[in-house]
Amino acid sequence: MNTSPRVALFVTCLVDLFRPSVGFAAVKLLERAGCQVEVPEAQTCCGQPAFNSGDRATATEMARRAVALLEPYDHVVVPSGSCAGMLRVHYPELLGEDPEWADRARAVAERCHELVSFLVDVMKVEDVEAVLEGRVTYHDSCSGLRELKIRHQPRRLLETVEGLELVEMDDSEVCCGFGGTFCVKYPEISTRMVDEKVAAIDRSGAGTVLAGDLGCLMNMAGRLKRLGSAVEVRHVAEVLAGELDAPSIGESGSREA
Amino acid sequence: MQPTSHAFKQNAHEALENPVLQEALGGIRTGWQAARGRAAGALPEFEQLRDTGRDIKNHVLAHLDLYLEAFTAKVEEAGGKVHWARDAAEARTIVLELCREADARTVTKSKSMIAEEIGLNPWLEANDVKPVETDLGEYIIQLAGQPPSHLVGPAVHMTKDEVSDLFHKHHGGERLEEGGALVGEARRVLRQRYLEADVGITGANFLVAETGSIITVTNEGNAELTQGLPRTHICITSIEKIVPTMEDAFTLLRLLARSATGQEFSAYTTVMTGPKREEDLDGPREFHLVLLDNGRSKMVGSAFQEMLRCIRCGACMNHCPVYLAAGGHAYGWVYVGPMGSVLTPQFVGIEEAHPLPNASTFCGRCEEVCPVRIPLPKLMRHWREEQFNRQLNPPAARYGLALWGFVARRPRLYRLATGMAVGAMRLLGGRQGRMRRLPLAGGWTGTRDMPAPQGPTFMQAWKKRRGAGS
Repeated sequence: MNTSPRVALFVTCLVDLFRPSVGFAAVKLLERAGCQVEVPEAQTCCGQPAFNSGDRATATEMARRAVALLEPYDHVVVPSGSCAGMLRVHYPELLGEDPEWADRARAVAERCHELVSFLVDVMKVEDVEAVLEGRVTYHDSCSGLRELKIRHQPRRLLETVEGLELVEMDDSEVCCGFGGTFCVKYPEISTRMVDEKVAAIDRSGAGTVLAGDLGCLMNMAGRLKRLGSAVEVRHVAEVLAGELDAPSIGESGSREA
Repeated sequence: MQPTSHAFKQNAHEALENPVLQEALGGIRTGWQAARGRAAGALPEFEQLRDTGRDIKNHVLAHLDLYLEAFTAKVEEAGGKVHWARDAAEARTIVLELCREADARTVTKSKSMIAEEIGLNPWLEANDVKPVETDLGEYIIQLAGQPPSHLVGPAVHMTKDEVSDLFHKHHGGERLEEGGALVGEARRVLRQRYLEADVGITGANFLVAETGSIITVTNEGNAELTQGLPRTHICITSIEKIVPTMEDAFTLLRLLARSATGQEFSAYTTVMTGPKREEDLDGPREFHLVLLDNGRSKMVGSAFQEMLRCIRCGACMNHCPVYLAAGGHAYGWVYVGPMGSVLTPQFVGIEEAHPLPNASTFCGRCEEVCPVRIPLPKLMRHWREEQFNRQLNPPAARYGLALWGFVARRPRLYRLATGMAVGAMRLLGGRQGRMRRLPLAGGWTGTRDMPAPQGPTFMQAWKKRRGAGS
């Protein structure tokens, strides 16, 4: 009997577009944890841009599509707290009044997890085979932290990475200023927020900053690189999977002499 | 007050450029924010208390008519007079009439957001009644001719140095610099005003249905002097402040002080029931209660009902990174921060207040600290839905969203589009790993580089890898 759970990887738009290495790192981590990973081909976006822009009808339709696509799997795993929060928390809200879909949405939501919390809480992974020499700090992305209560899980696994020294930055739980379309609608406020984040990262003395959401990571990396910082920015999955071949976010890989 | 909420972005720009304001806002983080964390952490039942607070308010809102009847009957039984005000104009008229009946030339006022909401001070001034604010922060902004920038600390946007200048200008004499000396001077000036006032106007933090009492909370004792010394006391308040019992009020008071300032209890909590009785040593001879609706009864049963749980503690703004960057005045009306982003559109219209519900990253810290668990991000999202449904958002944003929605609902088209987008972005910045400029993304690239895509999309790479037989 095959007991390995059948897991659908919901890649997310940003990972699909900008950083496939996060997706492959997620696959590696899931397979190591004993999962059988599939990538449903018809997946697109979780619908969050529509949901947070007030277009409830489009968000609801996208929720229905995603639920139908993902319901055959034992689990749905998402390398993003924000998109996982959409599936887990907001789909049941969006479809809660729809007699045909309410139960289906709830059933998928219950089986949907952010990657690192899935590894720790569901698959009971206790350590990872990975090496990273240096000081690392972790930013708690808002949706993962507040909607899904992800806080200790990434830290717990990071502590088992060989050579890695985890240091806490000040206000690690304060928003980095990304906020989806917020960062382009209110660039000045967003920049102020990310500047405070950058200052906290600098004060921590870490050479690498990690988080579980590519939106936040691109925002922090974009500002760090514009300011000429050498701090490396990576998705936590890459470090946990030991997949560090790809240049860090916003770097070309030709920087090292 | 003429709202400037539509200009939030420009207001915030000016705030960000103002180093004095930024210094003042920085104090909130180390002050109230930290204090709230300590106070909440020190009380083991704090989270349970929040549930209880939410439930008390929900219960009242479900039976608001009954509790209002019970409360007002008790007020009149105690010798008070109740005045119902449908809107701001009615409330202003009632207060002015009462002032005229009392032949009032000056009135003292303790802090009242309802008075701000109805624009009471300018109205009284225009009608030859001189209002004197007695809360230190309110007194400061009254001298400065500014609206409040925070629920609890109306002058939190000002530094001590600015207050020194202001007092020097208005009080004359030596320019005082030390905090204690400034407070002492304000106290001296205000003592005289308390004695001169013909009418005292207060707000109320809670209205207790079982006794007909009003409860005020201060740290300065000014509400007590405002309501106790003049012949007439007018309490101006709104319908959602009702709680069923005294015990309920004290449950909420425990939440209020901790959430607002990190105190276990505010320095002065006063329960006042009706005017002075025969046997009382002091108190006002007349007590009037003005109960304002101003659209609140319409919020009951609407998507925004939960906002009526708000107890005006200010924790949401103290923890909001947008408020802490932009300051209260940027919000352009009486209510500021996350609670203001939900309430202001109710009062001034979403057309005027359109930026406010959008000026949030939905980081959720406001909801995380709200003592009565108001889902502020959800309520801001409701406003965004209202804007979308009424086509109030800019056409470019609407068409962009519609195009994106069209593509994202068609997986094959989506694959094609994402593949093309990645190709284009790699042409623009692939070699450096990032782009300094990107068409249509100036909001991002003005201050940030845009990391370039790694290569083909994940879906393309996955298909290839799978095709290769892995």
